[in-house]
Amino acid sequence: MGTQLVMYEEEFTKINAVCDRLTKDANAKVVFLVDKNGQLISSAGQTQNIDTTSLASLTAGNVAAMGGLAKLIGENEFPHQFHEGAKDSLYMTIVGSRVVLVVIFDNRTSLGLVRLRIKKASDELTKIFESLVKKADGPGIGSPFAEISDDDIDNLFSE
Amino acid sequence: MSFINYSSREINCKIVYYGPGLCGKTTNLQYIYNKTAADTKGKLISLSTETDRTLFFDFLPLSLGEIRGFKTRFHLYTVPGQVFYDASRKLILKGVDGVVFVADSQVERMEANIESLENLRINLAEQGYDLNKLPYVIQYNKRDLPNALSVAELRQSLNPRSIPDFEAVAPTGVGVFDTLKAVAKLVLTELKKGG
Ligand SMILES: Nc1nc2c(ncn2[C@@H]2O[C@H](COP(=O)(O)OP(=O)(O)OP(=O)(O)O)[C@@H](O)[C@H]2O)c(=O)[nH]1
Ligand SMILES: [Mg+2]
Repeated sequence: MGTQLVMYEEEFTKINAVCDRLTKDANAKVVFLVDKNGQLISSAGQTQNIDTTSLASLTAGNVAAMGGLAKLIGENEFPHQFHEGAKDSLYMTIVGSRVVLVVIFDNRTSLGLVRLRIKKASDELTKIFESLVKKADGPGIGSPFAEISDDDIDNLFSE
Repeated sequence: MSFINYSSREINCKIVYYGPGLCGKTTNLQYIYNKTAADTKGKLISLSTETDRTLFFDFLPLSLGEIRGFKTRFHLYTVPGQVFYDASRKLILKGVDGVVFVADSQVERMEANIESLENLRINLAEQGYDLNKLPYVIQYNKRDLPNALSVAELRQSLNPRSIPDFEAVAPTGVGVFDTLKAVAKLVLTELKKGG
């Protein structure tokens, strides 16, 4: 199984910038970046009225279920999914086999434009995640938890 | 597979409640949801059938507070216990950091418990995990029922390695938080080792 996902300041800033730009360039309402295990990595746009944690978990569940279906019919995965609603639509793309880019948009833009911008953002994100994986594999800074004591853990649970 | 964000100083861990159909996994999450303060929990999401059986998963995000300046978040999931949902169970196990096995104490569910535990071991192994090496606790649920086996009998069949185990009555909360704390502690201890 893969190692844990670790995010550093430098890459985090870059990732947030890519998501921000994608929101603007695609004229989208919201952009989310979610780890395949359901952890939210980044979000941009009008996120105020959205339960981002739930969104991340359901996105991961959906991608996992579709990935299972893909394997059943001999595909590796379905890298793109598009769901059209009455007002808002949703586009999901798997990036670098590890994370999912989710774009929510309405009729102020078009599917064509959204797809085009996603392609570019997705290439950029792939590179950032590659460098992140390299960094995490390197000597690194060690776990921030190496120093914690049993008391620290116990304190979390003192109600 | 936990997610450590050095930039936002957060750490996220995934805990999965596993066990046979109707053993009380969803009830555990419902109790936790009802008894935690609004600012420490997110929404409880249940993807279930019309008869309240889990179809895909339940999901509850919890924040436990800070350790050394890092916000610790736990994402609790349940699997669907019914045998034919095996494909879904495998998906939920992806990226798991800790497991709670919820056993149904009723004598007539003993076989289902053993089968489910075996299924857990197999599904974990498929993804390269070893149950013996994972943070893992057992909960003997439904202790209130007259047809419940003794804890000694349950231990003998389900807990040969003597990992931490707890008696529970999930609808009234007996043992629910003890179970959660125990597994969360094991997960954090594992992180400390740099796992
Ligand atoms: N008497 C008693 N009933 C319980 C206990 N725990 C759960 N139940 C009941 O058992 C039934 C099934 O509980 P759930 O929590 O939905 O079971 P589950 O494990 O999520 O089942 P699946 O979703 O099918 O895998 C419900 O009616 C619960 O109220 C318990 O400790 N004692
Ligand atoms: Mg359930």
